[in-house]
Amino acid sequence: MANGVATDAAARLPASRRRAARRRFARHKSWIAFFMALPLIALIAALVVYPALYSLFLATLNKGMERFVGLGNFTFLFQRDLFWMVVKQSVIFAVSAVIFKALIGFVVAHFVHNIPAKGQRKWRGMLLVPWVIPPAMSTLAWFWLFDPSYSAFNWVLSRIGFHNVPWLGDPLWARFSVILVNVWYGAPFFLIMYLAALKSVPEQLYEAAAIDGANWWQKIWYVTLPMMRNIIAITVLFSLIVTFANFDIVRILTAGGPIDQTHVFATWAFQLGIEGGDLPLGACVSLFMFPILGVAAYFILRDINRRGNEA
Amino acid sequence: MSRRTFTRRRFLATTAAASAAVIGAPYIRTSHAAGRLTIGFWDHWVPGANDTQTAICQEWAKKEKVDLKIDYITSQGNKIMMTATAESQAQAGHDMLQMIAWYPLSLAKSLEPVDDVMNGLIKANGKVEPAIEYLGKSGGHWIAVPAITGTQVKPPCARIDLLKQHCGIDLLAMYPAGKPPTKEAENWNWDNFVVAAEKAFKAGNPFGLGLGQTTDSVDWVGALFASYGAQLVDAKGNVTVKSDAVKQVLEYAQRLVKALPPDVFAWDDASNNRYLISGQGSLIFNPPSAWAVAKRDNIKVAEQCWTFEMPKGPKGRYAPFLPFLLGTWKFSKNKGAAKALLAHLNERSNVEKIVNASGGYDIPSFQSMRNFKVWEEVAPPKGTVYHYPPRETQQLSMAGSPAPTNVAQQMYVQAINTKMIARCTQGGESIDKAIAWAASELEGYART
Repeated sequence: MANGVATDAAARLPASRRRAARRRFARHKSWIAFFMALPLIALIAALVVYPALYSLFLATLNKGMERFVGLGNFTFLFQRDLFWMVVKQSVIFAVSAVIFKALIGFVVAHFVHNIPAKGQRKWRGMLLVPWVIPPAMSTLAWFWLFDPSYSAFNWVLSRIGFHNVPWLGDPLWARFSVILVNVWYGAPFFLIMYLAALKSVPEQLYEAAAIDGANWWQKIWYVTLPMMRNIIAITVLFSLIVTFANFDIVRILTAGGPIDQTHVFATWAFQLGIEGGDLPLGACVSLFMFPILGVAAYFILRDINRRGNEA
Repeated sequence: MSRRTFTRRRFLATTAAASAAVIGAPYIRTSHAAGRLTIGFWDHWVPGANDTQTAICQEWAKKEKVDLKIDYITSQGNKIMMTATAESQAQAGHDMLQMIAWYPLSLAKSLEPVDDVMNGLIKANGKVEPAIEYLGKSGGHWIAVPAITGTQVKPPCARIDLLKQHCGIDLLAMYPAGKPPTKEAENWNWDNFVVAAEKAFKAGNPFGLGLGQTTDSVDWVGALFASYGAQLVDAKGNVTVKSDAVKQVLEYAQRLVKALPPDVFAWDDASNNRYLISGQGSLIFNPPSAWAVAKRDNIKVAEQCWTFEMPKGPKGRYAPFLPFLLGTWKFSKNKGAAKALLAHLNERSNVEKIVNASGGYDIPSFQSMRNFKVWEEVAPPKGTVYHYPPRETQQLSMAGSPAPTNVAQQMYVQAINTKMIARCTQGGESIDKAIAWAASELEGYART
C-alpha cells in the first residue's frame, strides 16, 4: 500500500511537469502554427517541391538519361528557332489573354456591381459558369464550334452570306481562337475578384469625389483604381502564372498546330518529353517558365509590399 | 456438464500436431499457383473487341492457374503513351503493356528481351512484317511482340458512286470483291490520283486528306514520301532531306493541296472520318473504322464505301502502317507467365478470333495470317474491306523509317513531313526554304 502511494506521487510529479511544459509550448504560437500547417507543407513538398527538383535533375541529363550534361540541354534549346518561336507565342498568348481577361472582368464587375442587390446573385452565378466548368470539357465544346467540317460559327456565317473562317486551320485564326477560349474561361475569375474589391471601396469616397465635381471617369481613375490596385496586381500575377502554364486549351484545340504556330511551353514540353521520348528536353522547356514567372512575381509582390508599408 | 479447459500442455500438443500435419502434407496447387499477372491492353475502338481478347486471356489464365488482371487503357489523350512512360520511369506497374509504334524502342532499356517468344512465333507463323522488325528489335534482340489489336493500315476508303460519277474511276473493276487486283489497278498511281482529286474537288466532293499533326496525317504522307523514295534521314542517321525525290514530293503536294478542303491542316484523326460519313468527302485514307461508323450512322454512305490499295509511286506501292506491340517490363515478377501469354495470343486461331471480333479492323503482323474469311464476308457492300489487309502487291510504310529510332520518333511526333508540306503550301514558303527548315530540325532530333 505504502509502495503504491509513493509510486502515485512519483507519477504525478512528472505529469504536472509535463502539463507545465505543454503550457509553455502552447505559448509559442509559431510552433503551433507550424504544426497545424505541417500536413499542407508535407503535401506541397510531395506534390510540388519533389517534382520540381526532379525535373531540375532530369533537365541536366542527356536524351537517353544516362549521363549528366549540366546546362547542355538549355544551350541546345537556345539554338533552336522553334524554341524562340514558342517563347514568343507563349508571351503573346499569356499577355494578350490576361489583358483581355482583366479588361472584360473590370467592365463586367462594374455592371454587376450596379445591378440592384436582389438580382445580383443570379447574375454573379451565371457569369461564373465558364470558370466553374472543367476547361477540358468546355474546350471540347469550343472545338466542336470551331470544327473544320461542322463549325457552328461557320454555319451561321454562311447563312448571313460570309465565307467560312478556318478557325483552327490558319495560324492567325488559330492563335485568335486559343486566346478567345482562354479569355472566355478566365474572365469570370477577374470579375469575381474585382467585384469583391469594388464592394470594399467606401461609398464616402465616391460621395466626396462627387461633391468635388468628379465625373465617372475621374471617379474610376482617382478612386476606384487606386483602391483596387493591390487586388488588380495579385489577380494579374496569379492569372499570368496560370495562363503561361496553360496546357489543356491549346492541346485540345490545336495541339500546337498549324505549323507549330500555337504551341506554348506546356504543350511543346509534352510533345518533346512524353510523345517524343525526350524527357530531359521536355523538362528543360517546362522549367523555362520558372524564371520568367519568378521575375514577374518578384516585381509585382514588391510593389504590393511597398504600398502596404506606405499605408 | 463438464467444461473442457485449454491447458498449456494441451495447447503445445495441438500446435505440434498441426505443424507436423502442415509439414508432412503434400503440396497442393491453389487456384493461382502460377502467380499474378497484370496487363495493360489498348482499349479498342470497336465495341466487343476487348471482350474477345479478355475471354482468350482468361481462358489461358484459368488453365495455367495464373491470377490475371487486365486493364484496358485508352489512347485518347495519349493515355497509353503516358502510362508506358510513367511505368518505365517508376519501374513499377503492369507486368506487360501494349505500346504504340515507337515506344518499345524508346523504352528498350526497361523491356525484357523476348527472342525466345518471337523466334517460336516466326517458326510457327512464318515471316513477320519488316516494319515490326524495325520497331520491335533493339541491339539485335526482340524487345516486343506484335500486338493483334490496334495494328492497322490506312489505305483509301472511297465512295464507289462518287468516284465513278466525278472521276470516271470504277473501283470494283480495279479491286473486285474476293479477287486480286485486276490489270486496271496498275494505273492507280499518284499521278492519276491527283487528277481524280481535282475532278472530285470541282464536283464539290473533295478527297479528305488530313495534313495535321496526328497519326492519320503523318502516316499517309509517310507512305507518299516512301512511294517516291524520298527519305528524310537514312538508316545511318545521315540527314538526306536535300534530295530531288523530296523536292518532287513537295511539288506534287503543292498541286494536291489545291484540290483539298482548305482546313485540312487542322484535321485530327476524327476529322477525315466525319468528312466521309457526312457524305461530303469522296475519299479518305483510313482503316475501316470510318466505314463501320457510317454503317451505324449513315448507312447510305456505308453502302457505297470501298477500301482498296494505295496509289503507286515511282518507287512502289506503300500502305501507311501503324502497329501496336506488347512488351514485358524487366521489373515484372512473372516474366515466364507474360511470355507464355504472348505466345498464346499470337497463335493463329486466337488471332483470327480477335480479328473477327474487330470486324477486320486489326491487321496481323504475320503475313501468313492475312487470309482470314472476315475480310471477304464483311458487308455492306459485300467485300468492302477485302482489299484492306495488305497483300503481296503493297509494302508497308512506317513514317520516319528507316531513320534510327531516336530520330524517327521525333520526326513522327513532330509531324515533320506534314509540316514541310504545310510550309510550302499554306505557309507560302518556297520548297527550298521548307527543306532547309526540315534539315535544321532533323539535325536537332539527332541529339543523343
